[in-house]
Amino acid sequence: MSTTITEGTALNKKDFATPNDVRWCPGCGDYAILNAVQRTLPELGIPREKFVVVSGIGCSSRFPYYMNTYGFHTIHGRAPTVATGVKVSNPDLSVWMITGDGDGLSIGANHLLHLLRRNLDINVLLFNNRIYGLTKGQYSPTSEVGKKTKSTPLGSVDHPINPLLFALGSEATFVARTSDTDMKHMVETFKAAQSHKGTSFVEVFQNCVIFNDKTFGPVTSRDSKDDQVLVLEEGQPLVFGANKDKGIRLNGLEPEVVTIGDGVTEKDLLIHQPKSANSAYANLLAQMSYPSFPTPMGVMRQLDGRETYEDALCQQVSLAQSKGDGNLQELLTGRNSWVVED
Amino acid sequence: MIQPNDSFEEIESAVVRFAGDSGDGMQTVGERFTDSSAFAGNDIATLPDFPAEIRAPAGTLAGVSGFQLQFGSREILTPGDVPDALVVMNPAALKANIEDLPEGGMLVVNVDSFKKINLAKAGYDTNPLEDEEFRKKYHLIELDLTGLTKEALAETSLKPSDKARCKNFFALGFMYFVYGRPLEPTLKFFDDKWAKRLPELAEANSLALKAGYNLGDTLETARNRYQVSKVAAQPGVYRKISGNEALVYGLVVASKKANRDLLYSGYPITPASPVLEGLSQLKKYGVKSVQAEDEIAAMGVALGASFAGALSVCATSGPGMCLKSEFIGLASITELPLIICNVQRGGPSTGLPTKTEQSDLLQALFSRHGDCPLPVLAAHSPSDCFDCGMEAVRIALTYMTPVILLSDLYLANGSEPWRIPNVVDLPGIENSFANEDEEYVIYRRDPETLARTQAIPGQVGLEHRIGGLEKGEDGGVSYDPENHEEMTRLRADKIAGISKSFDPIEIRGESEGDLLVIGWGGTYGAISSAVGNLRDEGFSVSSVHLRYVNPLPDELGDVMSRFKKVIVPELNLGQLAMILRAKYLIDVISYGKVQGKPFKVSELREKFLEHVN
Repeated sequence: MSTTITEGTALNKKDFATPNDVRWCPGCGDYAILNAVQRTLPELGIPREKFVVVSGIGCSSRFPYYMNTYGFHTIHGRAPTVATGVKVSNPDLSVWMITGDGDGLSIGANHLLHLLRRNLDINVLLFNNRIYGLTKGQYSPTSEVGKKTKSTPLGSVDHPINPLLFALGSEATFVARTSDTDMKHMVETFKAAQSHKGTSFVEVFQNCVIFNDKTFGPVTSRDSKDDQVLVLEEGQPLVFGANKDKGIRLNGLEPEVVTIGDGVTEKDLLIHQPKSANSAYANLLAQMSYPSFPTPMGVMRQLDGRETYEDALCQQVSLAQSKGDGNLQELLTGRNSWVVED
Repeated sequence: MIQPNDSFEEIESAVVRFAGDSGDGMQTVGERFTDSSAFAGNDIATLPDFPAEIRAPAGTLAGVSGFQLQFGSREILTPGDVPDALVVMNPAALKANIEDLPEGGMLVVNVDSFKKINLAKAGYDTNPLEDEEFRKKYHLIELDLTGLTKEALAETSLKPSDKARCKNFFALGFMYFVYGRPLEPTLKFFDDKWAKRLPELAEANSLALKAGYNLGDTLETARNRYQVSKVAAQPGVYRKISGNEALVYGLVVASKKANRDLLYSGYPITPASPVLEGLSQLKKYGVKSVQAEDEIAAMGVALGASFAGALSVCATSGPGMCLKSEFIGLASITELPLIICNVQRGGPSTGLPTKTEQSDLLQALFSRHGDCPLPVLAAHSPSDCFDCGMEAVRIALTYMTPVILLSDLYLANGSEPWRIPNVVDLPGIENSFANEDEEYVIYRRDPETLARTQAIPGQVGLEHRIGGLEKGEDGGVSYDPENHEEMTRLRADKIAGISKSFDPIEIRGESEGDLLVIGWGGTYGAISSAVGNLRDEGFSVSSVHLRYVNPLPDELGDVMSRFKKVIVPELNLGQLAMILRAKYLIDVISYGKVQGKPFKVSELREKFLEHVN
């Protein structure tokens, strides 16, 4: 989302911290994300009183209590609806919605879909830890098939949702991914989300240290990330690897991993183009997954120009009002009244 | 204008019912007859009655649509128990309605639809019009409406099938002759609706209407004509209004009086959709309307908007209320103002979606988990929906609470004349906004109302967090056992204390006696009529009609104790009766009915009589 930059006293990270004790488990990835958001917000040039953080239910959804802004911790899955109400009522606010894989993609998937298609100017951060943490460790809609948990002792049998494909399928205008392990990348991604006018959907890989520790370890750990993470930069070829010697090439409609050299040059590789009008490229990125492919991180889709819901709605109201404020007495009287004389 | 050449019989009131196939335009002619009667200065009450299917198979009983109205020169509180005149467009309409027509009642029949195939569809083995006994039982007027209408429209350019479709207005014209109704409002309606777009249709319908009227003049069987004079009404400007329209206007006026923009959020549901549609047309008045993806979302959008400072409103019906329950609990614990209207219909589940019922009272009172009392109001007539809409807003903003406003299908779709208030004379509504110059303590309460103040996002220095977890006074999350009890009690006390702001109970009749009838909601007209009639006959019967179902008025217990017996008629199996018994330990008599129909005055009278002497 984007909001007009306003002059004011410079804010810093501390201005966004509350005196409340943060009650996530020691080592939880949420701490890093909170830290990243508290670093991001002061840099946006928006007065603190214009931020509203809205969440649903789950570990991630305790987030508003730790942000010294206006905040609303709502009910399970329904944060998109409350965030919509806030934004429609006052489009001047910078609305941040915090959700998780259960909250956003299971009980609240329907609302998330409608938020994305309506393109309200709201930033959605979906903390994906592929587990139900607050209810103590049942599998979630993003858990991999065969996930053994207390509710699936023989392994889960249902195919997981890919959050990015869900967002792209809902025709979201901004889709990105980042990880709780990379502070700098989180801040960059959140800033990009804020600068986009329209709903910005950001999946954040988040580690649940208690119930699903290291679920993204093979991708994001210090040892593996160079070879397993593909950092996206607009206009740059899709290159990854510790030696920057691997890339992604298109073979027909299929992406393939190639090694640079051996007759393959950077010119043969796909160029990152998040603003492409057609979402096929973003879908291609979103489907690249471990272990066959490196995991893309960054902004996968950014479609500018689609009107936001709140702007369209407010325009209709202004247009109706430009012809003169309504006269209530005329409204009540209608066209078919009659008079009873004394 | 056509000059009547017959003398009229003066009557005090009359009940007319139109019945036909869903596509026959019965609702339209009913509405026009209502307008014409309002124009003639009568008091009126209407009862549209239509099936859940938009177009059930033509000619079947399932597809019968009806519209009944009562009009009079006296106070009219109900659409009437039984019709004095019944107009039926086909055999199915006859079959579905004839039982209600008393012997000697006027029966106008569209005879050309009484063909074998239509008789069979309605389940008639033989044509009842050929039965001599049947013919003698009613004042039967047989009209070949299709043929007569086509004849009247012979000179017009409409296709023959379109000509036949004007027959509802031919029938209406005939009934206008019988009851001496003015044609002008209906001719104006044609003009407004079609003159620009489809002038040939406006002309054809006008011709059909006039031809129907003129036929009455020449028809021997229609010599009985009735006159219903003007009702002695309070001077003022009047209009006809339905409950849903009145609700829309009440909410818009309240939003202006509270200086708080109205945000309406809804999901289509019968019979509340007209509230969504009505408010969507009022953008000129600053109304933002959102059609949400489902009932839950509608409530969430409203709650979010309330947090951001809007006057938020949702309207739905029973199934939607079920879905909203969890959010209503959140609205209660966060103490945000919000109006939730339930236009009740027959339940449970999909139930009788186009029929009336009052069976969501206990749901309104108790559908949340946890101890979560909320103010519950019930409108008692179509125009009262205006007052209740404003009152609900007053309570929501004064006490910082969600308010449940109960209407029902009977009120929502029914119409009555309404004396239009002067907007400037209506009282202002105060907000409980926080002040930027003071320290903001989220749950610090006004000592009088126990309401918290509201800080709106954008207010400098008042940043705060609210949510579903229990909080201490300072707004911090608190799991402290004593705090939870204290907050639960404070929220309950706040709601209970709203009764201090109520006007005293109005008792219809003496304030003590043999029988007290307690009603709520849309049964007002029937109860008041029955009680009024019995009082005229010398019985010791009084009635109280509750606008506030929670909290109940402070003096209700005292009032009840002054009567030997208390009876509670309601269109459910005894929900208010259960509450009164529990609260006052008085052995109230419950009289319930769940047929999807309003009470008849006669059945209430009979029931009340059982309990006096």
